[in-house]
Amino acid sequence: MKRFLTLVLREVRHYFHQPLAYVVLFFFLLLTAANFHAGLIALNRQPSQISVLEAFFNTVLFWFPFVLIFPLLTMRLFSEEYKLGTIETLMTAPVRDGQVVLAKFLGSFVFYVVLWTPSLLYFVIFRWLTGQSAADSFGSYIGAYTMLLLVGMFYLSIGCLSSALTKNQIIAAIIAFALISLMFFLSLLSFFFLKASSALREFTYYFSTIEHMGEFSRGLFDTRPVVFYLSMTLFTLFLTFHVFQYRRWKN
Amino acid sequence: MIKVEKLTKRYGSVTAVDEINFEVGKGEVVGFLGPNGAGKTTTMRMLACYLPPTSGRAEVAGCDVFKESLRAREHIGYMPEHVPLPQDMRVHEYLSFRAALKGVPGRRIKERLSDVCDLCGLAEVERRMISALSKGFRQRVGLADAMIHEPELLILDEPTIGLDPNQIRQMRELIKNLRRHHTILLSTHILPEVEMTCSRVIIINKGRLEALDTPENLRERLSSEGEVFLEAKTEDPRALAKLRSVRGVKDVVQKKIGEWTRFILHVESDPRESLHALAVKEGWPVRELTRHSATLEQVFAEVTQPEER
Repeated sequence: MKRFLTLVLREVRHYFHQPLAYVVLFFFLLLTAANFHAGLIALNRQPSQISVLEAFFNTVLFWFPFVLIFPLLTMRLFSEEYKLGTIETLMTAPVRDGQVVLAKFLGSFVFYVVLWTPSLLYFVIFRWLTGQSAADSFGSYIGAYTMLLLVGMFYLSIGCLSSALTKNQIIAAIIAFALISLMFFLSLLSFFFLKASSALREFTYYFSTIEHMGEFSRGLFDTRPVVFYLSMTLFTLFLTFHVFQYRRWKN
Repeated sequence: MIKVEKLTKRYGSVTAVDEINFEVGKGEVVGFLGPNGAGKTTTMRMLACYLPPTSGRAEVAGCDVFKESLRAREHIGYMPEHVPLPQDMRVHEYLSFRAALKGVPGRRIKERLSDVCDLCGLAEVERRMISALSKGFRQRVGLADAMIHEPELLILDEPTIGLDPNQIRQMRELIKNLRRHHTILLSTHILPEVEMTCSRVIIINKGRLEALDTPENLRERLSSEGEVFLEAKTEDPRALAKLRSVRGVKDVVQKKIGEWTRFILHVESDPRESLHALAVKEGWPVRELTRHSATLEQVFAEVTQPEER
């Protein structure tokens, strides 16, 4: 357990040792702030059913940087170690392969959480300036941020898998981006089938990230997406573990 | 300490290591020699639990490297070829991280860190970024990492490659000092280094074990055949024939150096005593009579490329 924590800490530190982390943090903050700003302007123009929180989490301006962020966060994880050869020193230390995979995943997750933390400030400032709550209920905050973490876990695990596949960071980023976009665009299917039979619509709902976020940010808590993202994350990490082991053993 | 039985590694159809057997006892310093691509690194990687063997088995400190890999790794300090190091850390950060990873208890990390830094001469660069270190220092960081958890066995894959002659000498001194506390298996291309530091030598070629002995014995193997130089003052036209008739001499060549003649004798055994007797009998003044004994370099060449002799 102590070794595992050492590994996680190392991964988290690695993020903050590199300029990429600060570049990502800076531009991500800029984009989410722009998104928040755009949401407020749109809501000011006419009366609307949705809350400020919903406006923040359900726009193109939110989803666009959201999908882009994962390849950047994860491309380095394994690829860099393959490239530098440090995987050899790492794997000849008494640590298990599974520990390494989990530590890398958790490390990226911690950075992901750090990335999102400043966004909470927007709602605090909004309340402080306007005296109104940004959402209809407190559950909306919990729902939106829970969904943020769940989808984040799944997409980060896809990034881990891509990085474990190659020693080239660019290729890792492209694979991650392709897989994540694929998963994301599948969620548009449910809008495509809006008028289709209820069974088909019901089915597409299972993997419609956009719809999940819509519901959760309204404060509606549904266990189906929770199970979906957790199990998909575990499955992808399981694949990552095997790819990692296979790569090590074949060469 | 190390027990290797029929260890084999195949990459697809290529056999990198082919059924090698050897044992290394506690406290030995064993040199691992072979041309590039002979299977040295592959063997060391298998011993360090990085690669699983295709067949056969290897034991380190009583633990099977495959079945009890984690326990075996605790006994091994491994320094890979070219010493891969992360670029984003400082020397002391990296070594503390490695110590914690290898299970050195938290309260002892500081002590171990200063010990290995003193031993490897890293004290002056302890706070520097690894990416800014010279090759020699990187090599030492790799060595410090290998021994930070006080392993019984050190596996060093070409610890002196890419170093300048001064650094090689320092590295050699360092390894000599480590002998007292560790069993060491090191691979190298530099043969004098092996002669100076190692108690035994393993030579492998094309994945096969070609020789396993002390450097002295290996040299002895070759030295029955060799060259003897005799420099004498003689005008005797039959000198060559007389020398040829001495037992053990296969062939003689001569070369005039002023009034002296230098005979180069190819010999099977050591005929120096008879040569001396002959020179005395003939009344030749002699100024040199030496046997050129084989170096490990010749042993290496003979063992690894027999067809070229």
